[in-house]
Parts: sequence; C-alpha cells; structure tokens
Amino acid sequence: MKKLRRKVYMAAGYNTISLGTGRKEFNPRKPRPGIEHYIKEAGQGVLSQIGGAGNVDESVIGNFMAGRFNKQGHLDGFIPMIDKGLAMKPAVRVEGACASGGLSLVTGIRQVLAETSEVVLSLGFEVQNTVKAIYGADILAMAGWYQNRKNGHAYFFPGQFSDRAGAYYEKYGYERTRKGMARWYANAIENARLDPTAQEYHNSNPDPYATALKMQPNGKFFVDHLTVLDCSKVSDAASGITICSEEGLERIGIAKKDAVEVVGFGHAVRDITEDPKDLTELETIKFAAHQALENAGITIDQLGTVETHDCFSIAGILAVEALGLAAKGEGADYVAEGKTGRNGELPFNTTGGLIGWGHPTGGTGVHQAVTIWQQLTGKAGDAQINISDDKPYGLTINMGGDDVTVTAIVFKRGE
Amino acid sequence: MTYNERLQNVAVLGAAGKMGSGILLLTAVHMADLKLQNKDKTYVLYAIDVSDEALTGLIDYLRVQVRKMAEKKTVWLREMYADRSDLIENFDIIDEYINDVLKIVRPVTAIEAAYKSNLVFEAVNENRALKVKLFTQIRENNPDVWFFTNTSSVPIHLIDEEADLKGKVIGFHFYNPPAVQRLVELIKTDNTKQEVVDFAYEYAKNLKKIIVPSNDFAGFIGNGHFMRDGLHGIGEAEKLASEKNIPLYQAIYMINKITQEYLIRPMGIFQLMDYVGIDVMQFILNVMNPFVDDEDLHSNLLDKMMEQGVKGGQYSSGAQKDGFLKYEKGKPVAVWDIDKKEYVPIDSFKADADAMLGDIPETVVPWKATLKMKNKDEVFGKFYTDLKAAGTLGAEIAIRYGQRSKAIGEKLVADKVANNADDVNTVMLTGFYHAYGPVNNYFE
Repeated sequence: MKKLRRKVYMAAGYNTISLGTGRKEFNPRKPRPGIEHYIKEAGQGVLSQIGGAGNVDESVIGNFMAGRFNKQGHLDGFIPMIDKGLAMKPAVRVEGACASGGLSLVTGIRQVLAETSEVVLSLGFEVQNTVKAIYGADILAMAGWYQNRKNGHAYFFPGQFSDRAGAYYEKYGYERTRKGMARWYANAIENARLDPTAQEYHNSNPDPYATALKMQPNGKFFVDHLTVLDCSKVSDAASGITICSEEGLERIGIAKKDAVEVVGFGHAVRDITEDPKDLTELETIKFAAHQALENAGITIDQLGTVETHDCFSIAGILAVEALGLAAKGEGADYVAEGKTGRNGELPFNTTGGLIGWGHPTGGTGVHQAVTIWQQLTGKAGDAQINISDDKPYGLTINMGGDDVTVTAIVFKRGE
Repeated sequence: MTYNERLQNVAVLGAAGKMGSGILLLTAVHMADLKLQNKDKTYVLYAIDVSDEALTGLIDYLRVQVRKMAEKKTVWLREMYADRSDLIENFDIIDEYINDVLKIVRPVTAIEAAYKSNLVFEAVNENRALKVKLFTQIRENNPDVWFFTNTSSVPIHLIDEEADLKGKVIGFHFYNPPAVQRLVELIKTDNTKQEVVDFAYEYAKNLKKIIVPSNDFAGFIGNGHFMRDGLHGIGEAEKLASEKNIPLYQAIYMINKITQEYLIRPMGIFQLMDYVGIDVMQFILNVMNPFVDDEDLHSNLLDKMMEQGVKGGQYSSGAQKDGFLKYEKGKPVAVWDIDKKEYVPIDSFKADADAMLGDIPETVVPWKATLKMKNKDEVFGKFYTDLKAAGTLGAEIAIRYGQRSKAIGEKLVADKVANNADDVNTVMLTGFYHAYGPVNNYFE
C-alpha cells in the first residue's frame, strides 16, 4: 500500500455505555433506548468536543444489521438527526459485518486523503438486545456465507470459533490452551472494571481467572469447545470519533497532542464462500495487520498497546500469533504468561476489548480507535496505561465474519 | 401396545384449567418430539374442556410456552429438521416446531373425543363424583383406555372401584405449575396393572420428572403434609392471639413471618394457603377428613373465610388474589380482619408484632440464598442451634413448628402413606421448594 499522501488525525472520541447483561442498568424485561438514542449520544458526544456540527464536512456511519435487529435500513438518514448542522451534507453508511466500525474509520481516512473532506464524523453502532440470543445468532450468522447456515450450529458464530478452538486444542494441547483462554478472559474483566462505560464494569468476581479455568466447554448446552466466558456478550452501544487533516484539526480547535495521528493502515478481504485454509490461523488479520505496520514503517516491537478483535478468546490468542508475537501454537502460552495483561510486555484491549468492554458489532471498530486515542493522549482515566517513548504506537485490528474483512490501523500521539 | 403406540392417541380432560393446560403442554411437546423421530406415524392429542373460551386461551398459552421450550432445545431441533432444506435459521426451525406441536392438539368440548384415545389424563375439578362419572362414560365406550388422574386427594382405589376400571388407573399427581415443577407423586393401588405403572415411570422419565411413589391414602404425601402443616399454622395463630391478647390478624402476620423467615421457606404458611387457594384447601380437607380416624382435618377459620368470600388463589395471569393477606406487586401488605371484615395494613402493627417475636439470630439466611448453597446442613445446624438458645417468643414458636412438621412427616411414614422419610422430604423439597426436608434433627 502507498504511503499516506497527507497527515490524518483522529480526536474527540466518545463511547456510550455498552448495555447488556452485566450492566446494572440492564433489565431484559424493561424497554430500552433505541438506535436513535445511541446514534445521537455518540454523535453529540463528539460534536461537543469539536466546536459543533458546523465544523463537519461529512459523516460515515458503520452498522452491521439494524435491518434485522431494529427493522431499520437507510442509516445515513439518521446523521442529521444528531444535529441539524449535519443536514445537506454528505453521509454514508458502511457495512462489513463486525468490521463495519473499522470500515467507518478507513472510509473517513480515505475521504481525508482524497481531500474531499477536512473533518469527518465517524460513527459505529449496534443495538442488538432487541431479540433473544437464539435469534440474534441467526442475525449475526449473516456475517458468514448464507449457504453455510443450514449446516451450521444453532449459535452459528460461536460454532465457527469453537471449531477453531477445537483444532487448536488438538494440535497444541487442551490444558495449555484453556489456561491462555482463561487468562484472556481475566484480563478482559480486570481491564473493563477500570472503564465506567464497559459492560463488565460492574463485574465483581474476585477471581475471574479461576472461574474461567474451572468452567469446561459442554456441547450439550452450548458449543463443543468454548464456554460462554470465551465469548463476547450481546451489546447495545455506539462510539464516535473525528477523523481530520491538519487543517481540520486547526478548524476544530484541538491541539495535536490531544489527537492521534494515523501513521498507516491495512484493509483486506478474504473470499467469504471459502472455508479458512487453516483453522488455527487468522490469515486476513495476519495480512492486514502486517500491511498496516509496513504502511506505518514500524516494527512490532514499537507497539505500546493493541486493540484486537476478541469476539472469542481464541480469536485473541490467534491474533497474538498472527502479529508474530508468538510462534504458531505458542500464542496461548504468551497470553497465559500475562504478556498481554495491562502490566505485561504488550498490553492488549486495555478497556476490556470485546469480551470485557462489549461487542456492539457495528460499533466495535470505532470503539477500538477511541480506546487507542484515550491511551495515547493520556485520557484513559483509571484504565490509563503507561506509554513509553520507545514504544509510542498503538494498533487496532477489527475483524468482520470469520476472518473475512479486516481493517488495521497504526496510531501515535500527535506532535 | 408399545409406549410409542399408546401415545399416538391421548386425551386430557380439563385441558384448559390450571393443571390441565400444563399437562397438555408437556404431553403435546413429548408427542411432537416422538413424531419428529417417527415421521410416518400420526399423533393426536385431544384437549377436552367445557369452556370454548378457555380452550381458545389454551392455544395462546401453548404457543408462548412451546416457543420458550423450543428456544432451549434449538440445537436438537436443528438436527431433527436437518432434512428440511427450507428451514434454515433458528427462527424458521422454532416456528415450524411450534406449528408441529399445535398440529397435534385438537381442542374440543365433546367428551366423545376420548372414546378413541389410548390414554386419558384427567385434571378436572377435585370432585370424586365428577371424575367417576366421566371415567365411567369413557370406559363404557372405550374399554381398553388407561386413566391417569391428577387428583391430589381422592383415593385412587375408590375411583377404580366406582368407575369399574379394573386396575387401568393410576394417580399421576403433578405439582403446580406442571411445566415447571419437577415433582410427580405416583399413586398405584393394589389393583393397578403393572404395565400401567411401567408406562407411568417411562413417561415421567421422558418428561424429566422426579417420581415419588405415594400410597393410596387421601391427600397422599404432599397434601398429607401441607394440609396438616397449614392447620398447625392456623392453630398457632389462634393460640397466640388468645394467649397474648392480640388481634388474630396480628397473630397471622407473626406466624406467617415465622414460617417464612425462621423456618427458611419460600413463603410463609398463610401466604402458601392463599397461593393454593383457601377454597381449594377447604375442599381438599373435606375430601381427606372422612378417611382419617385419629384427627379432625378441619378448620373453622377457613370456613369463616369462605363465608366472607375471601378465597385467595390466582388470577389467570398468575397474579395472587387476596386471601388471608392482601398483596401488592406480589408482596403481602395487609392482613384480613375476620371481625371487621377488612384488611389491616401490616405497617400499622408491624413494629409491635416484631418486637414481641424478638430478634432473630444473626446466623439466619434468607431462603433464596440457600438455593445454590453447598453447605446447607452446616448453615441450618448453626442457625437452629442459635435459635434454640435465643429464648424469644419467635424462636419458641418456630421450634415447636419445626417439631410439628417433623411429626407430620413421621406420621405419614408410620401410617404407610409414604414408604420412607426420604420420600416425604423429597416431596417437600421438590414440590414445595422447602430448603430442608421436614424429617430432620434441627429442632430436637
């Protein structure tokens, strides 16, 4: 991929809470806010930091399946609802399953690179507690190839990643893998407790590692090789961030030190009609993440933090291997040793990731960028980690479907 | 006739009632599951009831309940419908299953529908003459049919003799609500055919029910214990009112509190009587009393409540009707004053009443907390040791209550209603959700 032709920044991130089981506010029997609430809150949360809607040239909104979760299509039409100042301006909705948020980001980046806009409002959301999990599984299954649905598991995506986990156990050993997965879960919970918007913020389990290690997968009740703790939950949430040029940054009155610069990105798609070549490898993540690092001109050891797409704990472990932090079959040990923990060698998912913070499918990619922006600019509150001068970069990896669509972005603090 | 063949044509009498609808649901789902595994066979389930209106409501109930059940076994259903290329999503499969269950059910008001059935479940009113009349009529037109009666109190051998069923009848007593409660009391007579018994066990197993065999004495184990336990509660309230010179409604509040909090039960005894229904309780006592020689199973207080039209029971929505206690959002807020015929708010006397009972030892645990508790025996042992040392009025009544509850359980064994104390405990643990069985050593 070509070097970026001009500087691109992100700033003024905003997250709603991630609502679903685990949050004290959540009651499945009571009415909950709809998509309008989330789009509005995230949008206005960004606009209030950038001097209002008048400063925005165009908007992008990422969402996966409002058409079925909320019976609503035509989502760009909701942008002017956020603020009348966005009316009569361009807006576009993008969809790439759970990578819809990442597509919202790279679309905004391209708009700035194309010089059609100096300031882009990038949003992502999903409101999916509208149906029970057993039906939500059908809707999320649309991120796979429809011709595979009939023979898939009732819980289609957990079934797909259960197969990946099963293949990993068989190749590299069950016990050591489960230890890595349990540590992944514990890290997610411990990080989420430091972010008041996280779905697991109220989690008070004194020993999440022990809980996860003790729980055994049981295909009779769920899928063969994963427990519910290996899976991200059902979430309602939205996130927003501003993507802008240097000129745009000046226009919105944000200092470079309060913004992050996009130093490189990767974006790749695999054929959805083909099965993965190797169940124990995430080849598209591997490709796109390395493309992003190369585009940024940095090496893996310069990363200070990573936000990766852990829709399932096994996906977190496979991403560690895809990045080359551990050899194939050793990602589980790398995680089990605490190297991805908030005080580890390379902290991952510092506000909980998909398992801890939540997974509002179409919003996740944007949420990842907001977390990196918070961490690199010192705005992460209780979840703040130390970013050292020799490892100043942050990386996001957002995946749609079973390693089908991937966006990866490398950031550093503006200077 | 095999198990499977017998279930190809079944009827439920009183199918739209509280118990009947639950029995119908479980049986319909079981039959639909058999159909999925035996696609060339035809299964028919007659839902017979006197009320067309109630039968219409029954279909709505089935639709909602079958969906809930299907959502819990979607993985299995996907296997069952694997050959149906038109059913792809869970949405499709669950909808098809609901349709398949409803296809089996034939709601009718004509009893003649049961003339072709191989098996009849009966859940009509607790009225012996009515049951005998219906069974006789069906038997005259369908001599080989088996009868499963859900009676909770009428001795089965009397039904057998009076309807001339020749051992083709068994007591198969579900607990309310049948779709949730796992307990079934199974009552065979000396005359019940072994093949009927064998079928009953297999059917219960397939429905994932826990069977407790009870002998054929009016009331069986469940009501045998509950009715006497309830009468003891009424007696304690009346005694407390006269000894302490306090209004009966206050004493009722106090006994209800003791039976819930001190005895660690899901609800107090007066709330339980309201839940069952004061009318139902009086009715069952009347059925049982003629068969008991050494005690009088009767309460003047219940008669008075009935005279005043205060009956408890539940609305069709499942909400609690007012009885001894008045409920707001399911919680008791007032007690019926039998003299003034009005409810007295609990808040108006609660402080005095609680002060009379004294402090409950700190080692008490709420019933709900015991559901997942692993060291129950230790926790209860400690609490009841503390309670025995407390010396308060509340402790004294609670200990006497625990002892009486145990005595009732032991008498059910001595009278050969139950085969052993474990069966009594199982019924109270699973049918009444007690945290511990009545036959224990906590109150010695």
